[in-house]
Amino acid sequence: MAKRELTSGEHTLLERAGREVKHGMVVNLGIGLPQFLPEHLPANTDVTFHSENGFVGMGEGNPEGTPDSDVIDAGGRACKVVPGAAFFDSLTSFAIVRGGNLDLAVLGAFEVSLSGDLANWKIPGKLTPGMGGGMELAQKANHVLVISHHLDKRGRGKLVPQCSLPLTAPACVGTLVTERAVFRRIDGRMHLASIHPDFDRKSALEGINADVPTPDVLEPWEATP
Amino acid sequence: MLDRGTTVEKAVTSYVRSGQTLMVGGFGRGGVPFTTIKYLADNATDYRNLTLIKNDANEPGIGIDLLLKQGQVKKLIATHIGLNPDFIRQMNDGEIECELIPQGIFAEKIRAGGAGIPAILTDIGLGTEVAHGKATYEMEGKTLLVEPCMRGDVALICADIADNAGNAWWRGSNRNMCVVMGTACDRVIVEAKQIVETGNLKAEDIHLPSVFVDVVVPAGPLPHGEL
Repeated sequence: MAKRELTSGEHTLLERAGREVKHGMVVNLGIGLPQFLPEHLPANTDVTFHSENGFVGMGEGNPEGTPDSDVIDAGGRACKVVPGAAFFDSLTSFAIVRGGNLDLAVLGAFEVSLSGDLANWKIPGKLTPGMGGGMELAQKANHVLVISHHLDKRGRGKLVPQCSLPLTAPACVGTLVTERAVFRRIDGRMHLASIHPDFDRKSALEGINADVPTPDVLEPWEATP
Repeated sequence: MLDRGTTVEKAVTSYVRSGQTLMVGGFGRGGVPFTTIKYLADNATDYRNLTLIKNDANEPGIGIDLLLKQGQVKKLIATHIGLNPDFIRQMNDGEIECELIPQGIFAEKIRAGGAGIPAILTDIGLGTEVAHGKATYEMEGKTLLVEPCMRGDVALICADIADNAGNAWWRGSNRNMCVVMGTACDRVIVEAKQIVETGNLKAEDIHLPSVFVDVVVPAGPLPHGEL
């Protein structure tokens, strides 16, 4: 959908994240890495993509299109729609989100706290893209999946004891997928849930300065046949 | 609906004044009234001290960025400004005030303004800095934020097709905030890519009925071209 070469780690985390998506879901993709999710979905997983600027049934990118085309995604890229798609205005778009009809929001993050708080809209005084629809997506989607590189450029993990940045929404992240591990919020606390076969428990928690519960039995990384 | 088929100049000089609050349609480039905005930018000394209510800040060099760059705007109320790093700098430097509102609540505040509802109650933004300083209301054991409605002096919106009566219709993802903004301002200027005879739009397809619309003006060629 978006144009850029993905790293092998990004392919890994997108493929793992794709297995969190179930057939028939209505899914919203945040700007950035989540926009590459459609091409990483398992076979026979048909989902309906919601684009918060005003439609469901978003298809692949439109190579002939431009930012001035009549169908663009929320990031401004020209895209196609699939048969059965519907266009609407911003009111209807967010009625879908807040009213419980959005099964899954796939979002990026600056920080995810141990209690599942999400910060992804503001670095005060520096990067302030604004929340856009992110607060409503984070607070009201039936499930919030955050996908992220395991470590940032300074070697810090995304999972922190408490977010230092302004929150997008408290206690909203259900699942965090990185190229090394999957974390799930259980009883209000993020737990280690799965580890990529190339990594051990230590490297799955590298850069994470938080006391993450690590159950003895983990989910398999690969899909179970 | 007062005027039918007039020029951007006539519409703007009739309705827009310095110091007003303008709602401007669009999300990304779809629905942005580029021709009307360009007129305001080309006549900058006549249109200053504006408060803009718009989903986003456009991109550098196009749309409302022209007004932001020329110092014609004192405040922008928006949901997302991430595609305009120049404006993020202006905001961080304190040149222009910016209020950021969650996107769906932004739309609902405008709907309330258009529908004669003084405020809405919502749980969106609770537990975040969006809630700071806002009034709250207790209902059924839950704390809710009181979000006052928003109205504007003039709405500037771009439709794909309007008829001479002022009915308007949008293609694809261009509708976004345009329709609701058209309900929430004292004056509504619809810039239309195509203007047709009244009756040529199917009545049941109309997105914004003409009762809300004061004037329809023709959209010019895109002033920014394809970037």
